[in-house]
Amino acid sequence: MDRIPILTLGDILLVSIQVDLEDQLALRLQEDLSDRIVATGAHGVVIDISALDIVDSFIGRMLSTIASISRVLDAETVVVGMRPAVAITLVELGLSLKGVRTALTVEHGLRLLRGARAAELIGLPDDDEPAEPAPAGEPAAAS
Amino acid sequence: MDSTTTRYLADLLRDHGDQIVKRWTATVAASLRGRLGEAELGRQINELFTALREATDGAELTIDSAESSELRAVLTELSRQRARHGFSSTETAISVFALKEPVLEITDSTDPAALRSFVAISHFIDELGLFTFESYAKTREELIADQAEQLLELSTPVVKLWEGVVAVPLVGTLDSARAQVVMERLLQTLVDTGSPYAIIDITGVPAVDTQVAQHILKTVVAARLMGADCIISGIRPQIAQTIVALGIEFGDIVTKSSLADALLHALRAGGVELSRRAGRRD
Repeated sequence: MDRIPILTLGDILLVSIQVDLEDQLALRLQEDLSDRIVATGAHGVVIDISALDIVDSFIGRMLSTIASISRVLDAETVVVGMRPAVAITLVELGLSLKGVRTALTVEHGLRLLRGARAAELIGLPDDDEPAEPAPAGEPAAAS
Repeated sequence: MDSTTTRYLADLLRDHGDQIVKRWTATVAASLRGRLGEAELGRQINELFTALREATDGAELTIDSAESSELRAVLTELSRQRARHGFSSTETAISVFALKEPVLEITDSTDPAALRSFVAISHFIDELGLFTFESYAKTREELIADQAEQLLELSTPVVKLWEGVVAVPLVGTLDSARAQVVMERLLQTLVDTGSPYAIIDITGVPAVDTQVAQHILKTVVAARLMGADCIISGIRPQIAQTIVALGIEFGDIVTKSSLADALLHALRAGGVELSRRAGRRD
């Protein structure tokens, strides 16, 4: 495979990485993705890595770079489907995928993006960080 | 043991077999104080005796010889059984050492050659005893390893509290091995159930030091990488003081004092509205 397919779902782009990412392939994906974001005016990118057994520092940095590029082009990036083993390895390595949002599944990722977009459109604070429940309401409900 | 002594022992076992077995069994029975049935003990000693007679068929009796293989097997089985039934190491070893007495009784103490043979036989019995002891210790170690593994399995359940909310109630000290199991199991459950919220309840953790905190933090960061939010609950007042005194930073991780608060937080964050029906408050 010489390039990774990018699917369009409304105004969100879906990338599912199914093969081992070599350097060349990763750079290609980076280029293709930025082209497509501009061409379609997408405001969200979902990258599914559930098929990846190994995420090393190179792929980690690539994900961060894609997220940064997308943000410049006004699109939010969500990485979804990271396997437990991969997450543990990343933590042990001390890599934290700075600036990348994550979600459990593609569905969760899409919901996150739509929620964030809706909040943005009506000028509310970002939905990703839920507002703390009102301090006064909590003890009353818990009692 | 040289061939003369081996032959001497073989003759002894053949000519005085019944007497030896009887005395041997009696001595062992006295040391076990009735904790093992007489029939069972008799069978074990008889087995040992038969295996020992077989072993003396060889030219030179040693514990490693091919003729002694049956003897070794019987000894291993005996120590294994004793270890599993909770007998002490002394009680196990005495089953072998008790053979010395009847052999000494039969030995003609006025004959220097016979006495010399007895010393060699006694030495051989010591070797058998040591062999028993080793098998015993090995069995006990296996038991301990099995139990540790079972404990690890038992102590880390991941429970589903609500649609999309799972919790790990941690009980007991958290060492690296357990922390690893907890982390793997929690993350796997997040994937299996598709839950975006996880609660780590540390009510049952007796003490939190920097290492335990490190393990918990790692789990939280790993869960975040996968796209799930972790809430830490069940922090007792003392532990809260320790955490602050140690300078552990939980950063922007949500911490709650009780599991109920944590569940409420997760539900609110997940968009679930809770209300109490009017009239139920009495």
